[in-house]
Amino acid sequence: MAVHHGRGFAAINYPIGMNLGGDPSQALVHSNPDGKFMVALSSIDLGQGMKSVTRQIAAETLGVPVEDVYVDTADSDTGPHCMGSFASRGTHRVGNAVIQAAQEARAVMLEAAAEELEVNAADLVTDGKGNIHVRGAPSRSITTGQASAAAQFKQGRTVSGRGIFLIPLSEVSPETGEMTPVSCFAHAALIVDLEVDDETGEVRVIEINSAYEVGRALNPKLVEQQLVGGAWMGLSHALYETTEPYYPSREHGPVDFNTYLMPGPGDIAPHNIAVLERPAPDGPYGGKGPGEMCANPVLPAVANAVYDAVGVRIRDLPITPEKVLRGLKENGGARPRASRANRAR
Amino acid sequence: MPIEFRKDYFADERDDDLNEIGKPTQRQDMTGHVTGRSPFYDDHQFDGLTHIRCVRSPHHHARIRRVDAAAAERMAGVRRVILARDVPHNLNTLLSLLDFGLDDEELIASERVAYRGAPVAAVVADTERQAREACAAIRVDYEILPHVLDVEEAIKPGAPAVNDAYPDNLFVYHGKYDHQKLRYGDVDAALREADHVIEGRYQMSPIEQAPMETCGAIAAPETNDRFVCYTSTQALFFSLGTAAKLLDVSSARLHFIGGTVGGGFGGKVDSLHEPLAILGTMLTGRPCKYMFDREEEMQVGAPRGAERWYLTDGVMNDGRIVARKFIGYFDAGATTRLSSYAIIKAAGHLPGPYTIPNVYADIYCVYTNRTPATAMRGFGITGVDFAIECHMDEVAERVGMDPIELRILNAYRDGDMKAHRRLAKNTALIECCQVAAEKAGWGLSDAARLASSLRDGGGARAELPRFTATDENGRVSGYSSGSYARGDGAGTARGESPPPPARSAPPPPPRQRPERAKPDAPAYREPQREPAPATAGPERAPPSAEPHRPDPNRTEPRRGPTRFSSISGFRRR
Repeated sequence: MAVHHGRGFAAINYPIGMNLGGDPSQALVHSNPDGKFMVALSSIDLGQGMKSVTRQIAAETLGVPVEDVYVDTADSDTGPHCMGSFASRGTHRVGNAVIQAAQEARAVMLEAAAEELEVNAADLVTDGKGNIHVRGAPSRSITTGQASAAAQFKQGRTVSGRGIFLIPLSEVSPETGEMTPVSCFAHAALIVDLEVDDETGEVRVIEINSAYEVGRALNPKLVEQQLVGGAWMGLSHALYETTEPYYPSREHGPVDFNTYLMPGPGDIAPHNIAVLERPAPDGPYGGKGPGEMCANPVLPAVANAVYDAVGVRIRDLPITPEKVLRGLKENGGARPRASRANRAR
Repeated sequence: MPIEFRKDYFADERDDDLNEIGKPTQRQDMTGHVTGRSPFYDDHQFDGLTHIRCVRSPHHHARIRRVDAAAAERMAGVRRVILARDVPHNLNTLLSLLDFGLDDEELIASERVAYRGAPVAAVVADTERQAREACAAIRVDYEILPHVLDVEEAIKPGAPAVNDAYPDNLFVYHGKYDHQKLRYGDVDAALREADHVIEGRYQMSPIEQAPMETCGAIAAPETNDRFVCYTSTQALFFSLGTAAKLLDVSSARLHFIGGTVGGGFGGKVDSLHEPLAILGTMLTGRPCKYMFDREEEMQVGAPRGAERWYLTDGVMNDGRIVARKFIGYFDAGATTRLSSYAIIKAAGHLPGPYTIPNVYADIYCVYTNRTPATAMRGFGITGVDFAIECHMDEVAERVGMDPIELRILNAYRDGDMKAHRRLAKNTALIECCQVAAEKAGWGLSDAARLASSLRDGGGARAELPRFTATDENGRVSGYSSGSYARGDGAGTARGESPPPPARSAPPPPPRQRPERAKPDAPAYREPQREPAPATAGPERAPPSAEPHRPDPNRTEPRRGPTRFSSISGFRRR
């Protein structure tokens, strides 16, 4: 009886947004007289960070500090239509709608500033710190708050903007499947090192090394949070989770977190991540949306590593100790693979 | 170092000098999250809140002979028992908002239950305990019917019909086929010429999204004859439109407020709770909460469904994959929910991030007598990626190649033609392979290390196959090509609504299904050779074979939902 080391690899790509398009999202942006901006969405952020990303996108586009922007979500009376937060569409679709709305509001703010400064609006730039000034002449400036107040109380303008983003609907050929799916792809490659105990069938993950290409990382901390958490979720799917452990039988279904198994804190392995950023041509500032795809490469990489460790090819998820032991029995014991010539350990 | 940003890659494609983008700005709502102040929907307090619990089928498949709620209605605290006949428009499919698929799901079962856990009655009571006790007092007389739980059993002739809208237990694509096809080149010819043919079968079991807060909603009467609904939904207007349709009310009378915490992961799109909570409020005038407990969340709430994939690869001795064939089965459970759409997504994703000159897929959305499946993180892709990437290792072993080198050799690159007939762009698979290998100390050959997504794509690799083998396998009749929104006989006269379930009439016997071709009949007729243009770009117009024409005989029996767009491909307005 022994513990066998195994190493497995997998690479994937992932489509961003509802596959066939036709999934609009809208945003409304307006300023109050102090130059604070409100982004109104009906989109939902259940913890993934969409509010934060759209806030940064709005601030960048408006040319104001992020502290001057607030994002209000999830109200069907105050937020314009959004298809929803699924299919990796939050950052990509909503982010693009926010850019369009913020551009329109920015244009009004600059027109108001131009009238106050008695210059041409086309000559004005923002410094991202709350100031608007004439290009090349920083002394001829006005704050975004002053410009917004002047727009509202002197000039009678609303500093506001409307945005929508829609990838037009694509048709699908019934005969060939020809279609124009999605708009951009994220990518990942991942290597899992693990140990398989041939007496208990248990799998212990030692380390994960990965490279994720996510378009531009709009907020690197949120990207990190998604990738670390998502890979953990993938690991959980690979080794633990199912509502029907003997699928297609409906028996032995878990009903709570005592019987629905997940890895605990002690099962979490170091995960070394490299983030690559190839901006999506149609993404908001090149962003793609890292949240959904990050679990996918873990599942096959674990299966491949288990095979590498003991020669058992498990084709049914999840890879439970029971399945490992049944495979070992069928094979007459562990058959570690010699083929991973470049094993680091 | 747990995370590093490799700014050296694709640096010339980015402007890294931005004010706010790219900064690790703390979340606006973080303080609320970490101090427990961000409200869950269940944190919203209402005077006189009532609670909804459902009576659920203990059987996989049964006819409902009788529901006796007389005793329950007399119990303390019980405000109302809700039965199928109380639901104003008790038939929907989630994607009717996209005009995709036939209505095939009742909010409360009227005559038949097709999965264990299907709701047959709901109780509105002053406390949750009273609601549970009243549910236990409701007597349901069932006639147990034969059931089927395996996807390949479900599509055999004679299998019990699970879903009235699709009695063959298969979703109908484009009004035409019982599966979604992908046809690119001639896979069978390429398999004959390949040095190796490698087959595999892969299975993904159902998985729970496991959100922190279970699915649910609280509805309350608002002034001005409106209803407010606090909901866990991930898709506010999806849920609002679904509720408006099932309750047959104007969406203007509904005010939906979503959450900002609690997690979704795809499991909070199904919109089961909002309509019933609002209906409870309509019927009692009281605020109503309808919330899954954890057991319901895990066994009644939709999981990510199971998928079964059969892969066949044709591979040359040097590792080039020349053909890849998929037969896929998505286990939708008893109703469609979103499974049909996930298959379209999967079809557009195949054969994975590789350039393979001949690709074939038949993907089936199969109905079985289990909890309906829905979306989850990676929907439509996770299962087939598991299959593809396990299979890539099998191929590597067979041809004696390093697994990463095999991926890089076959990786798609900028300008390559993909199997759905659009050019690849903005690719980065090769670079991810290289960087992951470098981080793990997995040595690669010079050729693999020097490969690039930006080079060696396009050219001959941008060309469509000279011919593509097509077929008519799985042709179905009785479904209008004019719309997904109806099958034969479901109200063809102008202005006619789908007939309501006939509660007084004796229920029909389980349907015997007509003879038809086996879904993956290997001996199909001689493929037709379809000439194809030599090249196509991403801007090519969609296929013109199906011009969109409104059918003058079609009418709109739609009930209230806001239609966002039509995805049927046959009629767009």
